[in-house]
Amino acid sequence: MAILDILKLPDPRLKRVAASVERFDDDLLAFLADLEATRLNGPAAVGIAATQVGRSQRIVIVDVSGRPKTPNHGHLVLINPDITHWDGSAIGREGCLSVPDYTGNVIRATSIHLKAQDAAGQILEFDMEGYEARAVQHELDHLDGLLFVDRVISRRTDLYRRKIYTH
Amino acid sequence: MPDWNMLTLVGTDRPGIVSRVTRALYDIDCHLGEASMIRLGGSFTIMLMVRSHSAAPEILAVLTPLAEELGLRMHLDQLTGGLHQHLAPNFQVHVTGADRAGIVADVTDILSAHGFNILELESDVAGDLQHPIYLMHIQGFCAETLETLESALAPLVSQGVAVAVAPVDILIG
Repeated sequence: MAILDILKLPDPRLKRVAASVERFDDDLLAFLADLEATRLNGPAAVGIAATQVGRSQRIVIVDVSGRPKTPNHGHLVLINPDITHWDGSAIGREGCLSVPDYTGNVIRATSIHLKAQDAAGQILEFDMEGYEARAVQHELDHLDGLLFVDRVISRRTDLYRRKIYTH
Repeated sequence: MPDWNMLTLVGTDRPGIVSRVTRALYDIDCHLGEASMIRLGGSFTIMLMVRSHSAAPEILAVLTPLAEELGLRMHLDQLTGGLHQHLAPNFQVHVTGADRAGIVADVTDILSAHGFNILELESDVAGDLQHPIYLMHIQGFCAETLETLESALAPLVSQGVAVAVAPVDILIG
C-alpha cells in the first residue's frame, strides 16, 4: 500500500469528469488499497474519491461507521456510483481533503437511493439518509469535477430560512 | 515585514463601495485576507484584513479621500494575528423570541459561564414594528456536553425565548 498525494485546489485535475470503471482487476484492487490508506492517513475523512488522488475514474470510498449514533452501511467501496433518487434537503458544514483550512455550509439531500458496483463488479443498491447520504453526495460530486466550495451557501442562509418560517 | 491590519468601513450603502475600496488598496500593493461585509440596519459595513508593506499612515492617506467621497467612516487597526487561524465550532445555538432588551446578554452570560467560546454570532430582527422577533445564531466551541448546555439554557424558555442547541458536525471528504 502507498499513501497517495492528495490534489489540492486549484489543481485543474479536480475539475475533470471521471470515466466509468470498465475493468475489475488486480490493478483496481491495488488502487483501492492505496486509496483507503490515503483516506485513513488524512484528518478524519469519512470519504475519498479517486479524482482527489489524480485517478480520473468513478471510484469512491465512504465510511461513516466510526461516527456515533449514525445510520450507516459500514465501509463502502463504490464503483460507478449513481444516485437515482433524492429527497429532502438540509444544511450541513463540510470540509475537504482537497481544500485545507476551510469549511462551509452546503445544502444536500437528506435521503438518497444509490446504485453502484463493488470491487468485484457486483451490483449494489442502498437507501441512505443523513450524514451517510451527505458523505456520498460530497464524494460523488468529486467524480463530476465539483468541490463543496462550488456549492457553499452563505453562513447567514440558515438564519434567513428560519426568519422566513416565522412569517 | 508585511503586517496585517483590520480595515473597518461603515456608512450609507450604495453600489460600488467594495469595488472602489479594493481597487484603491490593490493600487498600493495591499493584499486582502478574510473579510466580512454585510448590511446592518440598512448601512454598509465591512471588516477586511489588509496586508501591506506600507505603514498605516500611507494606507490611510490613500483611503481617506475615498472614504470621504463615499461617505464612509473608517478605522485601520494593526493586527497581531494572520491567516490560517480558523477554529472549528462544535456547537450552534439558535435563539428566537419576541424582541426585548437583554436577550443576547442573557444567552451569552450562560454560555460564557460554561466556557463557550463564541466564534460567530449573527442576529436579525424579523416580524414587524409592532411585533418584532429577535433571531440569533451562534456558533462556537465548548468542552462541555450538549446536555449540559441545553439544561443551562433551559431557564430562558420560561422567559419566552426559544433556544435550541445542536452539535456542528463537519464532514470531511
